[in-house]
Amino acid sequence: MTTSAAASGRWRLRQPSVIPGFGLTLGFSLAYLTLIILIPLAGLVWRSASLSGEEFLAILSDERTIKALEVSFGTAFVAALINVVFGVLVAWVIVRYEFPGRRIVDAIVDLPFALPTAVAGIALAALYAPNGWVGQLLNLVGIKAAFNPTGIVIALVFIGLPFVVRTVQPIMEEIDREVEEAAATLGANRFQTIRRVLLPGLAPAILTGFALAFARGVGEYGSVIFIAGNIPYVSEIAPLLIVIRLEEFNYGAATAIATIMLCLSFAMLLVINLIQTWNRRRYGHGA
Amino acid sequence: MDVSVKNIRKEFDRYPALNDVSLDIRSGELIALLGPSGSGKTTLLRLIAGLETPTLGKIYFGAEDASHRTVQERHVGFVFQHYALFRHMTVADNIAFGLTVRPRGERPPKAEIQRRVGELLEMVQLSGLEKRYPNQLSGGQRQRVALARAMAIEPKVLLLDEPFGALDAKVRKELRRWLREFHDRTGHTTVFVTHDQEEALELADRVVVMSQGAIEQVGSSDDVYDRPNSPFVFSFIGDSASLPVTIADNGVYFENEAIGIAPRNGDITSGNGTLFFRPQDVVLVSDPAAPALEGRVSTSRRLAGTRIADIDVGKPGEPHHVEIEVPLDAQAATGTTLRFRPTRWKTFAA
Repeated sequence: MTTSAAASGRWRLRQPSVIPGFGLTLGFSLAYLTLIILIPLAGLVWRSASLSGEEFLAILSDERTIKALEVSFGTAFVAALINVVFGVLVAWVIVRYEFPGRRIVDAIVDLPFALPTAVAGIALAALYAPNGWVGQLLNLVGIKAAFNPTGIVIALVFIGLPFVVRTVQPIMEEIDREVEEAAATLGANRFQTIRRVLLPGLAPAILTGFALAFARGVGEYGSVIFIAGNIPYVSEIAPLLIVIRLEEFNYGAATAIATIMLCLSFAMLLVINLIQTWNRRRYGHGA
Repeated sequence: MDVSVKNIRKEFDRYPALNDVSLDIRSGELIALLGPSGSGKTTLLRLIAGLETPTLGKIYFGAEDASHRTVQERHVGFVFQHYALFRHMTVADNIAFGLTVRPRGERPPKAEIQRRVGELLEMVQLSGLEKRYPNQLSGGQRQRVALARAMAIEPKVLLLDEPFGALDAKVRKELRRWLREFHDRTGHTTVFVTHDQEEALELADRVVVMSQGAIEQVGSSDDVYDRPNSPFVFSFIGDSASLPVTIADNGVYFENEAIGIAPRNGDITSGNGTLFFRPQDVVLVSDPAAPALEGRVSTSRRLAGTRIADIDVGKPGEPHHVEIEVPLDAQAATGTTLRFRPTRWKTFAA
């Protein structure tokens, strides 16, 4: 299979190496991805295809659907942005400084991965509710941090942080000290070194971290519904709307919304990947 | 710009990397810091640049005490062994970096920066590559970009850390000659670190030989090769042989036998010492009665225009191994006995 593909020339994806196993591993990967990801997603599209075009459009143009999608994608975007800023900062502190408890901080970063999301949601809701510890303080300065989109953002920031930290951290560890020293000998101050030398090098990793945090945020359900308030048209997220439709046994509407989310997410991840490729090519890393 | 280093001591975790080092570098000089790894040469270079702070001692740039100046304020050009180019910037942006990070008031206008970059590229013979990224250049080209980038800020001093260490032999030779020409043209005070003695001797006006955190000798190539002032320098620079000897009665004795040479200027005049000589500075002694060193040839090999003989001298049980050059027509087959005497040598107290 591989030899004929290579020989035909047109189908050459990547030259298989002399070490055997390309055919086997590629075959297994494809079968696995099909089983785990593609078949369920195809089922989703199949299910929504049972709707007629008009019905599909009606669900799409429904004010409530549009608002829910806006809330989901909007809050996920804002949360991912916040995570990029503070995630990079946290990664920097862990990578660059030796301090007592560094390893504990390092471990704490992973907690949102491990915690059941519903537990996180309940804890956050209790904290940020108007009568909670943090909520009370925020209330004093006039910020309402629960049962509105701000609450959703808070939950998604919590959920998304490790994605940014864990993608940026290894790249940051590999930064060549000499490059920073070179910038310093050329007269660059610390701020200029970070902005013009270090951050551009980290950009691909930051972008990947952003994409992961964003994708996770769009699909997040458990931690959000407790703190969101779930007010239709205001703080109702798309995954919740899907569940509501399912509970109404309105499978068509549920799958239609899901299909839209799938398409939007896929489109955004594709754009982010294209930016990455463009970035790589620009710096002369070949195709 | 003169640079002087005064009684510098540098410790890393209590372990001294440099111990009481002083050095005067004259304006416009090309100086090599030469030594084995761990001798402190790179540390000394980084201290001059301000990339390290001395534990004790001072560094002067001209008359000014620069010890507490930051790297940025010192205004030195530093070239790293692995180039340390900014990978996400084009060649032109790399070179212009030092100019574009200046505060707004001192920053030259864009057109001026562009002109300067063009000039520098021409100087390092890379015109036409300004749009490339470092990944698209060869090692030698990258090193020249690094040099152009360092030169862009018009540094007072140019410091190079093993500038040719990561390049292959041929490129290394070319760049060596090129750096010498470049230095003569620009007249910058230049200090470079190397562990390659050939590089240091060929390139530098003065060579600073370092060992174990201290300077052993400072001098021209001729000085350190012909007039080494310590056993370390003698054995580190060039090939050499050494033998334990005793000096007495105005003669040099090896294992109680006179070897036909007398202490000269600079040699020790009595007591136990070590005799150093180079393989080419010997003469064969044919007269069996004349005093000389005597040894058995263990191997001999032809090396270009000469023949090198490995000789075991001294008692059969504990021979001392020396290497000498013998004429091509000399009888030096394995197992034969050779008698020889150094023509140029130096003795140091043991």
